[in-house]
Amino acid sequence: MNLEELRKLRDEQKQSLSRRNTDNKDIQIIVGMGTCGIAAGAKDTLEAFIQELEEQELSTVRVTQTGCMGLCYVEPTVEVVMPDMPDVIYGKVDPEVARKIVRKHIMHKTMVNDHVFDRPAADIVEEGGNQ
Amino acid sequence: MHRTICDFALDLVQNSIEAQASLVMFDFFETENDVTVFVADNGCGMSSEQLKKAQDPFFTDGIKHAERDVGLGLAFLTQAIEQSGGEFEIDSREGQGTSVKFQFDKTNIDTPPVGSAANTFLAALTYPGGHEMVINRKFNNGADIYSYSLTRSELSEAVGGFETSGSLRLLRTYLLSQEGITEEQAVSRKN
Repeated sequence: MNLEELRKLRDEQKQSLSRRNTDNKDIQIIVGMGTCGIAAGAKDTLEAFIQELEEQELSTVRVTQTGCMGLCYVEPTVEVVMPDMPDVIYGKVDPEVARKIVRKHIMHKTMVNDHVFDRPAADIVEEGGNQ
Repeated sequence: MHRTICDFALDLVQNSIEAQASLVMFDFFETENDVTVFVADNGCGMSSEQLKKAQDPFFTDGIKHAERDVGLGLAFLTQAIEQSGGEFEIDSREGQGTSVKFQFDKTNIDTPPVGSAANTFLAALTYPGGHEMVINRKFNNGADIYSYSLTRSELSEAVGGFETSGSLRLLRTYLLSQEGITEEQAVSRKN
């Protein structure tokens, strides 16, 4: 595939996307990708989110990366921000849990209780990091 | 510590972005016997004194996280290099930028697994910031030979930014195709 084909693919998908639900554009998934996150496999978590969102046909969810959230002991950590749900930081999010977050938290507004952790470390909250 | 060689490379790329670089060069070359990674940036750079400290796992500059001692990326890399007989070089000039080059010997039993180049490029390219990044990939294991370049601004324009899941999916499809990996192989891979 070259860049031209990539652009063409985008145009094709744009047309099919416009027919789908666009309610999910206020949903944001933030994956912690500091040294600690990378060491714990955050790269695979990020990829799993992209894969699962694709399978569930959610194409306007924002997926972004950030540095260390100060919860290195439960990496990979992921923050999910969306309407009608409290901001939640999930810990120990391997690809399996990432898929569960998409299906339960995002699609059915039910938290994945076993993986809920707290807010980021105090120094990050003060800086306004992900707030 | 990091599990794969790709993880070490990604960590270095992030260091470059966080050093306020406007351009990051990332070479990832793989042959049958070794993996060579070269990361260079035009960021803030380090003085020779700072450079020495950066390699000390017990040192942290306290800027990014004032209350905590962090900063283990380079130390993890040098540890893995030392245990497996690889090579490591770092060069930095204050105000001009930093370049790091390392090589792992794939035949050494203590060398970490290579990891997935496609998902490393995905994470490296989409790390937030307004910088440019050029990735050069070469692969030659005797049987399969391929090489390609990726430019962050071009890809971002082609897929419509890196923020939404729809464009990230397109980028992922593109990167997998460059590596010659099918979706099924990517899903079943345990990396």
